[in-house]
Amino acid sequence: MAKNIAMVKNMKKLKVIIIRTAGTNCDYELQSAFELCGADVDRVHINELIDNKNKVMSYDILAVPGGFSYGDDIASGKILSNELKNKLGDNIKKFALSKKPIIGICNGFQVLVKMGLLPQPEQFEQISTLSYNDSNKFECRWVYLKTEKKNDKTLCLWTKDLPEVISLPVAHGEGKFIADEKILAQIEKKSQVVFRYCDKNGAKADYPLDPNGSLNAIAGICNEQGNVFGLMPHPERYIYSLQHPAREGYDGVYGWGKKIFQNAIEYLK
Amino acid sequence: MNVNIIEIINLDDKQLVELSKKNVLSLSLVEMKEVQKYFKNIKRNPTDVELETIAQTWSEHCKHKTLTGNIEYCEEKNGKKVTKKYKNLLKETIFKATVELNKKWCLSVFKDNAGVIDFDKTNGVAFKVETHNHPSALEPYGGSATGIGGVIRDILGVGLGAKPLANTDVFCFGLPDTKSSEVPEGMHHPKRIAKGVVSGVRDYGNRMGIPTVNGAVFFDKGYMANPLVYCGTMGIIPKNKTSKEVKSGDLVLVVGGRTGRDGIHGATFSSVELDKESDVSAVQIGNPIVEKKVLDTMLKARDLKLYRGVTDCGAGGLSSAVGELGEKTGVVVELEKVPLKYKGLKPWEIWISEAQERMVFAVPSKNKKKILDLFKKENVEATFIGKFTNDKKLTLTYNGEQVACMEMSFLHDGVPKPTRQAVWKEQVIKKQSPVKVSAAVLSSDIKNVLADINVCSRDYIIRQYDHEVQGQTVVKPLQGNSITNSGPSDAAVIWPYTVVKNTKKAIVLSNGLNPEYGKIDTYKMAASAIEEAIRNAVCVGADPEKISLLDNFCWGNPNKPEILGSLVRASQACYDLSKGFDIPFISGKDSLYNEYTIAGKTYSIPPALLISAMGVIDNVGNTVTMNLKDSGNYIYLIGVTKNELGGSVYAKNKNIKGGFVPGLDIKNSKKLIKKVNSAIVKSLVEACHDCSEGGFITAVSEMAFAGEKGVTIDADLIKVDDNKMTLAEVLFSESNTRFIVEVKPENSSDFEKIFKGHIFSKIGCVSDDKNLTLTSKKSKISIKENIINLQKAWQKTLQW
Repeated sequence: MAKNIAMVKNMKKLKVIIIRTAGTNCDYELQSAFELCGADVDRVHINELIDNKNKVMSYDILAVPGGFSYGDDIASGKILSNELKNKLGDNIKKFALSKKPIIGICNGFQVLVKMGLLPQPEQFEQISTLSYNDSNKFECRWVYLKTEKKNDKTLCLWTKDLPEVISLPVAHGEGKFIADEKILAQIEKKSQVVFRYCDKNGAKADYPLDPNGSLNAIAGICNEQGNVFGLMPHPERYIYSLQHPAREGYDGVYGWGKKIFQNAIEYLK
Repeated sequence: MNVNIIEIINLDDKQLVELSKKNVLSLSLVEMKEVQKYFKNIKRNPTDVELETIAQTWSEHCKHKTLTGNIEYCEEKNGKKVTKKYKNLLKETIFKATVELNKKWCLSVFKDNAGVIDFDKTNGVAFKVETHNHPSALEPYGGSATGIGGVIRDILGVGLGAKPLANTDVFCFGLPDTKSSEVPEGMHHPKRIAKGVVSGVRDYGNRMGIPTVNGAVFFDKGYMANPLVYCGTMGIIPKNKTSKEVKSGDLVLVVGGRTGRDGIHGATFSSVELDKESDVSAVQIGNPIVEKKVLDTMLKARDLKLYRGVTDCGAGGLSSAVGELGEKTGVVVELEKVPLKYKGLKPWEIWISEAQERMVFAVPSKNKKKILDLFKKENVEATFIGKFTNDKKLTLTYNGEQVACMEMSFLHDGVPKPTRQAVWKEQVIKKQSPVKVSAAVLSSDIKNVLADINVCSRDYIIRQYDHEVQGQTVVKPLQGNSITNSGPSDAAVIWPYTVVKNTKKAIVLSNGLNPEYGKIDTYKMAASAIEEAIRNAVCVGADPEKISLLDNFCWGNPNKPEILGSLVRASQACYDLSKGFDIPFISGKDSLYNEYTIAGKTYSIPPALLISAMGVIDNVGNTVTMNLKDSGNYIYLIGVTKNELGGSVYAKNKNIKGGFVPGLDIKNSKKLIKKVNSAIVKSLVEACHDCSEGGFITAVSEMAFAGEKGVTIDADLIKVDDNKMTLAEVLFSESNTRFIVEVKPENSSDFEKIFKGHIFSKIGCVSDDKNLTLTSKKSKISIKENIINLQKAWQKTLQW
């Protein structure tokens, strides 16, 4: 009997919403990543959400993928962040504060930061930004990331049990994380930095291993609760070891990016 | 009055030529007379809309009049003259090979916007490469951006629409260190063109979310005034969506961008030589996000079966797109319904504008509301502008007034076939005098070749392109043993797991191009380019029995017999090689009239034939990269090294005169290539790289620094066909049909068995000391080069 209940429970798949709009790109690979981890995924156009504002809360996990939303006109992610905040702000904030997992990747990270969902969803105001890479060029390359831990544990639910250094690809022109000293100190103090660019041993690295010159080499941050996560690198492009330039991974088949999505699913189970 | 009537019926020859020139019609006297005859018959003069429509439809760009026209070819070899007449060069060479090979896995060849081959049971893959040369010369950023935007639409417009999976780009530019004073008046500096073109492809390709995974760049002073910009796109399409069927009564729907005055006369202007007066308004203006929205929505409409036909608005704009879809039925279009960017366009401008991001659909009237709703949901503009009829006529109206009415048959088949003269005379080529160098000179020669502008790393370009978006690029343009070191991949591999669930299959894209050989012999250039593209694909794991090719000719003015002669030679090579390798061409394109006049003197580009290859791999796990893997492994050189320095990078660098251009023994090559594939399929190969520009020594250096491994080579073990070859000639010869392969010692006997009866040798092994160590007792030379220094030499040149 108990076994049957467990089976039924397992059968109820978690539901992921990937929000997309004009210029969204990385939605299919993100969908594949969540599906591989056993979730049901809907890619939903923002117009549909605006027409049906309560729809968002019917999902367990929310993801904003990479791309060039609205062409990154004005600044990267700016228009979509305004649209989400002004038209769906209450619903998204509620989602974040209910401790459901949210991930913003690349352009999605830019959107979360610019709408103020990171680093402080409670405050819900933009207090940091992502700006042009120091190289002043779009940079597509693999980088090493140091997984930040405090007392051997990650604050961010998405990066639980990751090795100390992993590699992921980046592909962006505006990935330099910037915040004023006070905010930056606060983010550091509360251990909200999730990933930092580094060399293969986890030590500080220069360009090109640090692809953009972010303050404190920040590649990803989360909120104080650890459920809202934004990062410039693309974990959804490293689901299989085949996707790694030297075909490294774990279990012979998978890439470390998969573990990040798996973590969100397991957190909810 | 919305249109002008153009007097043509009563013009004499001189006036006809003037009219063609004045209105940028790019029609010859013979063609103008044909137009005159048509209108004399129907007893009226044409409207401006009609005349412009004819000019676009009959343009070289749309009709490929040279390759499909009459050619009288005369070849002079060993003092003997041989003549041959072609009625349609394309059909008698490239296309003929495809027809004769008759591959069942070719699903759609030479008839749609792209070639389509079999991928698996339910899907096909489509591939197309286009050129956008003239626009990129005038406005590099906009020209290349709309080049990539245009070829993506070709893939959206093949069959009922394919989903783009990858882009390729190949450029030929003038030398970046050209002095400003040497740049012709009215032209941009080659470096500015190069940077603008790269930025254009970057911004459009990246925003479309399509990875740019394969390409090449070739620099030569001959491309200063006429840069070449080849853009390619590969996409995946369900097999039951590969053909269109437009029916009478279907509605004409235009979707995407609005129509403006940009790109007027793009099709016809590409058939005239450039000069300082060339009009920049012929260049289109791109907006990738509009195209991305079209892509996102139209594939949904496709899967809901809401339309029966689709094509893109490319050269010639609506005139070509609607004309093509309605060729068999006839069509009526109400021009005032076409959404405009701004007011004030004349009917003929609306009809031929090449404004970007527009697709035309044939929609059954019962789906009218459904399809509009679908596009509207994602803010995509879609407007019905007309109807397919059954009168086989093109009828255009503007606010109720008829502004054009012509027979489709005249429009599409009425263009008279030109007859052109072509000549080719064999050049007498002698072997260069023996190239002898000391160890010290050899060391610096190796680094100079690695640093050569046509060999050096393209990472400055590649890393600006998002070559990993969609997550399916499993062999990347730059490959290495770690994420910090890299060398140039032979080909890219796309594993379409997000589209085809649980698939193990993958698609290989590669290319071959070497205009340097074409300066001596375009036949050999074409042969080398074809083999190079195939070699590259096979190096990463493509099955040579499932490779297909695309041809893209960029040539000078075909009215000059020598230039047309060199084009005929290259086409003949395409036929011979395609037949010999049993590998079909599936699509192609030509861009002619690439010439520029300075102070009364006309300069033509060095002929460039780009060969793009697409292959299918059954097991993505069996793909191989070029970086060396483990110390202790053996290094084999497969194939024979001949004394072929003609057109080589080394010969150019050292100013060596004479020398043979690499030849090709097709029968032997076909067998050897198949064997390399068998070794890969049997998992006997750790790394594989082909020898091309820069020769053996360049390729082996690249493998070493990409793998962060040293390598020890005994150069005397390299198999040569001429024992008098000096060490430099052996190392830098660019002979075809050669592969460098890394094999584990325990696999070496199995590996050697496969190649029994062929020329190959074990020439060394992978070492742990991070040095390239090369010895030749015969030449009394021994060198040791740190691989980090070799990599630095390779990387330093192209860092802007």
